[in-house]
Amino acid sequence: MSTVAAVANPTGDEWKQPSRGMVGMACLIAAESAIFVIFVVAYIYYTGKSLSGPTPREVLNLPIFSTICLLSSSITVHFAVHELQGSRIGRFIAWLASTVLLGGIFIASTALEWYELIYHDGLTIRTNLFGTTFYSLVGLHASHVIAGLIMLGLALIFALQGKVNAHHTERFEVLSVYWHFVDAVWVVVFTVVYVLGR
Amino acid sequence: MATHTSAAAVAGLPQTMRRPGGVLSVVQEWVTTVDHKKIGLMYIGYALIFLVIAGAEALLMRVQLAVPNNHFVSPQVFNRLFTMHGTTMVFFVGMPILFGFGNYLVPLMIGARDMAFPRLNSFSFWISAFGGVLLYFSYFAGSGLYGAGTAPDVGWFAYAPLTSKVFSPGHSTDYWTLSVLLSGVGSIGTALNIVATALTMRCKGMKLSRMPLLVWIYVVMSGIAFVAVSPLTAAQIMLVIDRYLGGHFFDTQAGGSAVLWMHFFWIFGHPEVYILVLPAFGFANEIIPVFSRKAIFGYPAMVAASVGIAFVSLGVWAHHMFTVGMGPDANAFFTFSTMVVAVPTGIKIFNWLATIWGGNIRFATPMIFSIGFLFQFLIAGLTGVMLAVSPFDWQLGNSYFVVAHFHYVLVGAILFMIFAAFYYWYPKITGRMLSEKLGKWHFWLLVFGFHMTFDFMHVPGLLGMPRRVYTYEADRGWGDWNMIVSIGAIFQTISVLVFVYNLVRSYYKGEIAGPDPWDAWTLEWSTSSPPPSYNFAELPTVSSRRPLWDLKHPDDPDSNYE
Repeated sequence: MSTVAAVANPTGDEWKQPSRGMVGMACLIAAESAIFVIFVVAYIYYTGKSLSGPTPREVLNLPIFSTICLLSSSITVHFAVHELQGSRIGRFIAWLASTVLLGGIFIASTALEWYELIYHDGLTIRTNLFGTTFYSLVGLHASHVIAGLIMLGLALIFALQGKVNAHHTERFEVLSVYWHFVDAVWVVVFTVVYVLGR
Repeated sequence: MATHTSAAAVAGLPQTMRRPGGVLSVVQEWVTTVDHKKIGLMYIGYALIFLVIAGAEALLMRVQLAVPNNHFVSPQVFNRLFTMHGTTMVFFVGMPILFGFGNYLVPLMIGARDMAFPRLNSFSFWISAFGGVLLYFSYFAGSGLYGAGTAPDVGWFAYAPLTSKVFSPGHSTDYWTLSVLLSGVGSIGTALNIVATALTMRCKGMKLSRMPLLVWIYVVMSGIAFVAVSPLTAAQIMLVIDRYLGGHFFDTQAGGSAVLWMHFFWIFGHPEVYILVLPAFGFANEIIPVFSRKAIFGYPAMVAASVGIAFVSLGVWAHHMFTVGMGPDANAFFTFSTMVVAVPTGIKIFNWLATIWGGNIRFATPMIFSIGFLFQFLIAGLTGVMLAVSPFDWQLGNSYFVVAHFHYVLVGAILFMIFAAFYYWYPKITGRMLSEKLGKWHFWLLVFGFHMTFDFMHVPGLLGMPRRVYTYEADRGWGDWNMIVSIGAIFQTISVLVFVYNLVRSYYKGEIAGPDPWDAWTLEWSTSSPPPSYNFAELPTVSSRRPLWDLKHPDDPDSNYE
């Protein structure tokens, strides 16, 4: 038998399949979502079950500013994709740099929040159930933000070196989907931890 | 067939690309390879090694349990044996052997040259392999600084609070946690790869409705892996936080919940059964039609049933927890959902029977293993429906009846189909046939040993023998039954030795297979055996579910009927 296992049946129409980067990222997001769901369930299940203080109401403040920063970084990364598609590299770099900056602000304010909690409120991961679940869930999200920032930062470095052009749009779009996912998870974490859990 | 010659000519091409330099270059070639076929073979080889190790552990346990009041192994060693046996069989035999076949077959069956992400594929394999090594390294390093215990002994589902630092000092439980975590990462990577390959790399003309059922099933199985393996990863992260950072997720002293671990584990644990059994269904979907000389009956129903199983499987986990005391509502729900699984599964069994019905059956080794699978899987399903009834489960939960039930699934269904797959695809992989005579010996010894062990294992369970006891008293009346069960294990061992001998002998002395020894219909049989590294010199085009049928019968192609 030949390696062409074909019955001559040219349909003539174009043979199109989805982008493999996008499918791969969608699968990764499905798997990551399942991990987050488990941590969120644990957080909700243990809400108010700590045997000792401090409680969320005593120590948590709404991180409004950093939330606005992170959510707007979704918009800036969307613009970056759009500009890259149109080969406007200068604008692309500007939007990408602002995305990295906004994400950086978010991480810095999380660090500041944790510093306050640990050194002023005496809440660590071993203090009580609230500490355990809070640092795990917020930390899991923060580690995803850091991973995203590393990838966006690399893209920025390559772009500054002039190595990025419109051909890379699809790859960058895959990265932007990851970033949107990280933002969407924050909406859930914010709601659960800072709104419902308080 | 005239077309054979061109395949041979194509197979000669890639040899010129070999680098010179003996054993080291061979090792380098395999370690650095990103070829889906080589990675698939490494998965299978690595799983076979662990199969022998975990099988030996089972044998040691059967020796210990053969007679009452036995002191062949100590209670501590027995705990390690069942923990290592369970963990190894699920994570380092079942998953890798099925991912190995998936890796090898999926690109070939959809007419692609490799997986979607070859380097991710290599990473996934090596990270899983490292997990297996880490698990067994615990035998040397598990004592750590504290000198308490070696290999993990917390059972394969590692219930809290037994896994806390207080009750499991030393590092053996950490080795268990980390090895399972790594295996999970590798599984997600490969599952992602399989879905991306099947959705984006199909050859021209292969619409989703023409995709071989095996590929469909691997996509569904990978989909379950995303939502079921990840919770286990999450739970392991929590356990690591508890053990290393002093967290309280499963620490009942600080308000944590041991039952939460059970939920998280079984949210993984039950769908895992379907992750393992679905590829077995996939093998049956390919083998039964070819040896019945008929197209599969009810292709769309098969796809729908697979997707149905995937959805229902996510809502049945707590039938492992009827004895926890969840209350009547939860018990009723999980009894009902568990019974619902029998519906799509039943559809599959009827479709296989309808495929065989009126066919021109060839009783070659792959087919007889498939028929054994059909019978045994039915019985396994029936005891499953019995255990789904929560009051019945209260009596028999954690008894040898449960052990017999799930081994009926894992051995009677899954292992039988894995062997069928070996006999069916070995000619494609090596270019030589496995010996039919040894294959029949393998089958009949295994059937005999399997039924002797696992049919009779139900009885001590009904008589009240709990699982995981290292020995029992003589006056319980379990002794004779256990002796029969243990003797059956010896027959199974011999049959596996015959199989291994067959694998090795046929590699050198087997009959030359040619590209298509079974007169089959899917694309992997259109290229030479073994396939060249690029699979297809020219990417195929298909216009039906059975492209090789169309090629062999141009006067009556399937595309006229689909």
